[in-house]
Amino acid sequence: MTENPPTFTRKDFTSDQEVRWCPGCGDYAILAAMQRTLPQLGATPDQTVFISGIGCSSRFPYYMNTYGFHTIHGRAPAFATGLKLSNPDLDVWVVTGDGDGLSIGGNHLLHALRRNVNLQILLFNNRIYGLTKGQYSPTSKLGQVSPSTPLGALDRPVNPVRFALGAGARFVARGYDVSKKLPEVLTQAHAFGGAALVEILQNCPVFNDGAFESVTDRKVGGAHQLWVEHGKPLIFGAEGAKKGLRLNRSMGLEVVELGDGDDTGDLLVHDETNPNLAWLLAGLEDIPGLEQTMAFGVLFRSDAPAYDDEVHAQVDNAVKRASAKKSSEKASANGAKSNDLNAMLRQGHTWTV
Amino acid sequence: MVVRFAGDSGDGMQLTGSQFTAATALMGNDLATFPDFPAEIRAPAGTTYGVSGFQIQFGAHDILTPGDAPHVLVAMNPAALKVNLDDLVSGGLLIVNTGAFSKNNLARAGYEVSPLEDGSLDKYRVMALDITKMTVAAVKEHGLGAKDAHRCKNMWTLGLIFWLFGRERKPTVDWLRAKFAKRPELAEANIAALNAGHIYGETAELPSGVDAFQVPKASHQPGEYRNVTGNQAMAWGLVVGCELAGLKMMYGSYPITPASTLLHALAALKRFGVVTFQAEDEIAAISAAIGASFGGSLGVTGTSGPGMALKTEAMGLAIATELPLVICNVQRGGPSTGLPTKTEQSDLLQSLWGRNGDAPLAVLAAATPGECFHLAVDAVRIATKYMTPVILLSDGFLANGAEPWRIPDVSSIEPFPAQFRREAEGFHPFVRDPETLARAWAVPGTPGLAHRIGGLEKHHDTGHISYDPENHDRMTRVRAAKIARIADDLPSAKVEQGDTSGDLAVVGWGSTFGAISQAVHELRSEGRRVSHIHLRHMSPLPRGLSSLLASFKQVMVPELNDGQLDKVLAATTGARVVGFHKVAGRPFRVRELVDEIRSRLVSGDN
Repeated sequence: MTENPPTFTRKDFTSDQEVRWCPGCGDYAILAAMQRTLPQLGATPDQTVFISGIGCSSRFPYYMNTYGFHTIHGRAPAFATGLKLSNPDLDVWVVTGDGDGLSIGGNHLLHALRRNVNLQILLFNNRIYGLTKGQYSPTSKLGQVSPSTPLGALDRPVNPVRFALGAGARFVARGYDVSKKLPEVLTQAHAFGGAALVEILQNCPVFNDGAFESVTDRKVGGAHQLWVEHGKPLIFGAEGAKKGLRLNRSMGLEVVELGDGDDTGDLLVHDETNPNLAWLLAGLEDIPGLEQTMAFGVLFRSDAPAYDDEVHAQVDNAVKRASAKKSSEKASANGAKSNDLNAMLRQGHTWTV
Repeated sequence: MVVRFAGDSGDGMQLTGSQFTAATALMGNDLATFPDFPAEIRAPAGTTYGVSGFQIQFGAHDILTPGDAPHVLVAMNPAALKVNLDDLVSGGLLIVNTGAFSKNNLARAGYEVSPLEDGSLDKYRVMALDITKMTVAAVKEHGLGAKDAHRCKNMWTLGLIFWLFGRERKPTVDWLRAKFAKRPELAEANIAALNAGHIYGETAELPSGVDAFQVPKASHQPGEYRNVTGNQAMAWGLVVGCELAGLKMMYGSYPITPASTLLHALAALKRFGVVTFQAEDEIAAISAAIGASFGGSLGVTGTSGPGMALKTEAMGLAIATELPLVICNVQRGGPSTGLPTKTEQSDLLQSLWGRNGDAPLAVLAAATPGECFHLAVDAVRIATKYMTPVILLSDGFLANGAEPWRIPDVSSIEPFPAQFRREAEGFHPFVRDPETLARAWAVPGTPGLAHRIGGLEKHHDTGHISYDPENHDRMTRVRAAKIARIADDLPSAKVEQGDTSGDLAVVGWGSTFGAISQAVHELRSEGRRVSHIHLRHMSPLPRGLSSLLASFKQVMVPELNDGQLDKVLAATTGARVVGFHKVAGRPFRVRELVDEIRSRLVSGDN
């Protein structure tokens, strides 16, 4: 069996519009990863739709040579849900940010996830409001200094992965803008038949430069990234100073120094179907000693029917049942519909004058 | 003949009223109803604010309103009597359930002395009956608990009223058996109560002047009829409209009084391929509807005043992206939460202008429950032909009120198939039909037409983002011109009743139709030169309205708000308009309008 080569190329997914993000913005890398990945997935520009809200990241659809809808602040998941209820065959991606998706649009993100609408939702998290010039966001760290918090932010940040898990999301993953593994994460999200949330850490060089530097920096970052793989022990760290994770007696994570050793006996093994493990992995940076470390990859995946498919199945069944009921009645193909509608208007009690 | 049923909100008055309505329609009377209930589902028993009422007017001639003052009042407890007695005509028939006139209930209603004993009811014909006791006796053999037995008293009362007006009991009996199919003992107890009330009427010695009424059949236009409420008619109209357009419907909505029954009605029509979506909030509901329209279905959303306010930003997006959308607004008292269960023509100005930027769209307003069907069909036609959002206004009075409706034949309505763009040659998202100015509707999935739309201003000739000042000016004018052109596609302004010129034109819109029509009829029969003009198209207004209004000495605009259409007409037609405003959460009484019009005519004569 041979694989069909992709019919489309990166160029086919690149629109003729000049990209207008700031120089050095992490969004460029994510756009490039997307344009490279879609041909590999067998996607076609005509069947692919990008829907966004408002913010820097939400300009994304204009740069994709696919169908696109740049909607209003925070509501992209709701527009995407309606689109899938109209045509479940479309391949729909939602692009949102930490402000768009978790502040003004938190409600819609919650409900798209819990309903398991068949969408890929990419949340670009730069922990700042870029388009409105640098105010702190709901993922900004405590104490973040910004034009609206000159003495430091006092509200505690939301963890996007934990938010998604709490909402009942069935697929939650994490990547970062310049990661070579981002296409693989996008591919996994695409393959999932429901709402797939991907948090993508993204650097804003203008208003929050280096927010993730300790984790994503090319030189030192590798050691601070735990890329999870289903069925594999949870190991991270630099060569020669490997570390592993295991559960302590109060069901928290603790670090095991492996050094050069390869004794993985009591280390946790990643089970992507376990939401409790995903919850723990989502907050490695809260564990003393791991402040600079984050988990990446598919943190949680658990298959369930997609909402849009079930809605259509329910309607199709109702239509089928109704037509089976009157299959004995004779009606011309053209007149059948108006007969049905006339019957609808006459259900219940009527009288003739 | 006007009958009002009043009792506690848990007494089943709405059910009693709707069963009496069905039986009355069956007799061939014309009718109009007015359900009036509190916002609380079960307000504390016996209180005046927990009183629920249902009024019906029926008769042989055209019935256009539920009537001003009842001729028959049924009061199931002291609070219901207190709230409603002032409305009963002198000499009217008052049926009182003395079983509920306990010391406590009298006190809760604010009576120090029972009105049954202090002579205050002398000007009415009173039937003081212990309905509670007689009901309990009638259902005894069915072994119900005290609570269930008491609940049957509305059926006892209905039985008596059926006797009084010579109505058939059978449809109600059938309905009870179907409703309580799983609890036949309840069905039989209710039927026993219904029969007992009827028998009471046949055999009891009634006070002088109380006798069975006979109301002759109405002379309707020939055809097949049914009773219909505005929300039911609107749901059907949307389904039929989408069929005629050849589109699937996606109805996104968030529960809100009094629009929720639209969602219920459409959810029950899945067999016609209707997709309904109960969204997480009002904004998600309209956003999902717009997303569905982007995908090639017709997106529809329904709501009431507070929900309209929440949807405004998304409406602006549908205007900017020129997508078809129908927004049903079943208006209620405002501002804010206002009066959720009461009617008001609250949102005309919000519908016309309540958005950021210059954001025109089409606005339609139904005048009667049955018209909600026809205007829903037209809303779908306009939305898809002109690629625009359309607001369809109704209100609580139309939504819940019923009237006999001549059922249309769907095959006699001209289809209006929606046009999708398929050719790639010369395509960009804002390429327009030169006649309608509608932009091309190119649906995701169409080969070769991939494009991006959004809320940012777009260049008129490429569809790309444009901040060019002249382009913005041009696009703003095109959006306005597109809506203005819809007027070419609508009937011109016409007079509903009366001559095309005269001393005074009464210009109404929406659910005030019946009251205005009857008031004008009354004054014309006195020889007054009064005419009735009723608007269904609020944006754009019908052609010829300015010249029509100019041919009257006075123009009066009665509205159930503090003055909205009068401002619009003054600004757009140049007519000298005087408003007449009632903001009481209740419809106009014919009498109020007759008095007001008459006083205007007198002052105009001087």
